Amino acid sequence: MTRARPSGVAAAIVGGDRRALAKAITAVESGDESADPLLRELFPRTGKVPVVGLAGPLGVGKSSLINLLTAHLRAAGRSVGIVAVDPSSPFSGGSVLGDRIRFERKADDPGVFFRSMASRGAAGGVAASTRDVARLLEAAGFDIILVETVGSGQVDVAIRGVATTRVVILVPHLGDQVQTLKAGLFEIADVFCVNKSDLPGSEVAERDLAELASLGPAPDGWRPRIVRTSTVGPSGIPQLWTAIEAHERYVADAPGHAAEVRRRLEEEIVGRVRDLLSERVAERLATDPKVRQLVDRVVAHELDPRSAADRLLSTERR
Amino acid sequence: MPTKSRRSPLRVLIAKPGLDGHDRGAKVVARALRDAGMEVIYAGLRQTPEEIVRAAVEEDVDLIGLSILSGAHMALFPKVLKLLQKETGTKIPVFAGGIIPDEDARRLRRLGIRAIFGPGASLNEIVHTAERLARGSA
Repeated sequence: MTRARPSGVAAAIVGGDRRALAKAITAVESGDESADPLLRELFPRTGKVPVVGLAGPLGVGKSSLINLLTAHLRAAGRSVGIVAVDPSSPFSGGSVLGDRIRFERKADDPGVFFRSMASRGAAGGVAASTRDVARLLEAAGFDIILVETVGSGQVDVAIRGVATTRVVILVPHLGDQVQTLKAGLFEIADVFCVNKSDLPGSEVAERDLAELASLGPAPDGWRPRIVRTSTVGPSGIPQLWTAIEAHERYVADAPGHAAEVRRRLEEEIVGRVRDLLSERVAERLATDPKVRQLVDRVVAHELDPRSAADRLLSTERR
Repeated sequence: MPTKSRRSPLRVLIAKPGLDGHDRGAKVVARALRDAGMEVIYAGLRQTPEEIVRAAVEEDVDLIGLSILSGAHMALFPKVLKLLQKETGTKIPVFAGGIIPDEDARRLRRLGIRAIFGPGASLNEIVHTAERLARGSA
């Protein structure tokens, strides 16, 4: 793809206009049509920087770790864009986004941009648009993108498709060794972070995780690193970053890397097609009399739902 | 600039400028706005005017709510308004709550604080006002 000179809003974002960036994030997360040409223009500038996902259960210290990691990276002269996702209420659709509370920095530091996001109905720990928001931050010139997921349960693994390195954060006393063998969150970790290591039991948690890692490498050959951190003190933050960087270096040279990048983009394209198609079909269900007649026949049990879906799909191909 | 689609929730920043540590009122309002379907960015205690304006810009909010009980509102609120004007050009509406004497409230309204709620204000009224103000800026 050619790297054309960006125009208008895209140029403003690339040029470091923070308001333009903030407005563009709103457009992307609202599914606004103005987001499409913008993402098209900025996409060639993306896919190069580390996108570090931080996942883990509620209250393990994700926000506090992001605060300290950011300070560590700023001290090293790297700029940091942060997306912090909190859940939307399934009842009101509203949310309280509280991840900024833990965040401290100089108010005039242009090397940091912090954006809170509501999950807006998406399961899996991130919002549907989190990946594109991370791209906007990269296009705006941030060296490292940190993504904080919704305090997650066992199967909230959507961060896998967003981040280049996934950190799973745990604390002592979350469970025994067998927990670490279960499917889900533990499978996606490139780095395990045992936070609150000032509390008793962190050695046991570290040992259990080390044993898990020793059972065999991940499919890409990487053995997850384990780091103990504490945000009071604090301790382990440089080690955490070293482990993240080690993984970034590993994947860059790993033989399967290009295929993995391709697989993820394929997944994204398929997801996009699915979203667009179901949106269009839902619209036709609401407005097209012919489609309504089709549904009437399903309601009368003259036609089965699968056949109705086939017909809808065949009339979508234009 | 992009227009907000009808589906997307209103975004509101709730912050406490100044040094008092009483954030119950701010939390009660944050929760009520959440229950009304808004996305509330809760910035928490002891925010400087610079931090508040920066958060408002980065979070692209439709409305800012300031809560204060320290008595420093006449020093801090005008500073927030002035910085906001400087940084955003446009006026993101600002409303406030806390212990604010009537005379100060009148002066703050003239300076541009769009609504001020004291102790005992009805949550319903706060939510309706917040919705009205936030939509006006969308």
